[in-house]
Amino acid sequence: MQALDYVAPNNVDEAISALADGGDRARPLSGGTDLIAQLQEGRLGLDTIVDLKRIPELMAISVSSDSLTIGASVSCHTINSNQSVRDAYPALIDSTHLIGGTQIQGRASLGGNLCNSSPAADSIPNLIAHSVTCHIAGPNGRRSVAVEDFCTAPGRNVLGNGEFLVALEFPTPPANFGAAYLRFIPRNEMDIAVVGAGASVVLSDDKNTIQSARVSLGAVAPTPLFVQEAGDALAGQPVSEETLATAAELAKDAARPISDMRGTIPQRKHLSAILTQRALRIAIDRARGTKTVDELGRLNGHG
Amino acid sequence: MAKKIAVETTLNGEETVFLCEPRQTLLEALRDNLGLIGSKEGCGNGNCGACNVLLDGVLVNSCLVLAPEIEGRSVVTIEGIAEDGQLHPLQQKFLEHASLQCGICTPGFIVSSKALLDDNPSPSEHDVRLWLAGNLCRCTGYDKIVRAVLDVAEGDA
Repeated sequence: MQALDYVAPNNVDEAISALADGGDRARPLSGGTDLIAQLQEGRLGLDTIVDLKRIPELMAISVSSDSLTIGASVSCHTINSNQSVRDAYPALIDSTHLIGGTQIQGRASLGGNLCNSSPAADSIPNLIAHSVTCHIAGPNGRRSVAVEDFCTAPGRNVLGNGEFLVALEFPTPPANFGAAYLRFIPRNEMDIAVVGAGASVVLSDDKNTIQSARVSLGAVAPTPLFVQEAGDALAGQPVSEETLATAAELAKDAARPISDMRGTIPQRKHLSAILTQRALRIAIDRARGTKTVDELGRLNGHG
Repeated sequence: MAKKIAVETTLNGEETVFLCEPRQTLLEALRDNLGLIGSKEGCGNGNCGACNVLLDGVLVNSCLVLAPEIEGRSVVTIEGIAEDGQLHPLQQKFLEHASLQCGICTPGFIVSSKALLDDNPSPSEHDVRLWLAGNLCRCTGYDKIVRAVLDVAEGDA
């Protein structure tokens, strides 16, 4: 690896200064599972690494009545180990248990998965399903961006020069809320999504009507996709296989994948529908607090 | 070349200070600066697990940690697994089950398995296979490794 300087600021202002001093050749470091691998491969020309993990705000998980805030550098391991997060946000754990293996989860952060901005990132469809807000700091102060607007192209996002992600804020789920993330890979573990789907629903008090829903897809476009029309089509509809099939078709229509070594365009289009439907079934199950979904993700044995 | 940094850490239970270049990974510092060559470089990019260590008790790939990051933190390597000159039960069972052939992946498997048993003393076979999915072995076909870990787990139960 090339020679570089390492700095570990203790607060956000120091980090802003360190990144400003380093200019284009400085990058923030959280878990390093993308950044250090890219440095090892000689893909990045950097002079300065700014380690954000000594900044308390970036390493904190905090809960208020309105929201859950996860510091951008908090590792998947820390999230997976937090019982209150596991209980309240099971869909988030769907993602943080899938990112790499155990030893990657020990370091990899939710914020880093977002900032790496891979179209196939396993956390991002889920963050979109949860209506997460991204809190950003930089030389011009702080700002916030809806997560569906964060990624702009493969490996690119809205962070400007010297800016970095501080935290991800999850609104507290309303009553009768459920969410899920599913991905398709040809192996059991340790692979990159061929397609990923995140879904969330809010059900009526009798839990038989979908009041609102959000659907998002990964690995089928240059950025993770927020398929707003699929969620909108579910609003006000009864919980039924027919309703879910309509949303699944809209997700399939929204997908605009490429063919590559992981999958073909027709396969990815097909999977977009299937995974959307299955993720919605699990989200509905979680909203109902029941177990109508079998181990294949089928609602009452259908599909 | 960037100036060397002095890093203070707890390494296998002992207070340790070492010099490193900021660009060095923890794996490089362990092997080249500290002479702890038990941790292996398989892939060098986080795919194989041969360099696994415990960082503040959490399993990580030392090839994806910069050495300066461990300032003030605690690291356990394969060299810190045996206690008082006695092999750790995992090391003993790996021998009894012949869970290694070339041996390059073995330190990573032992450290990773220890992290599993610290987290879950009685894992199922599925738990063991899932946990060890990030450790690659090209010789054994994994069965003997899984059996050794389960044997230790059952021994503890």
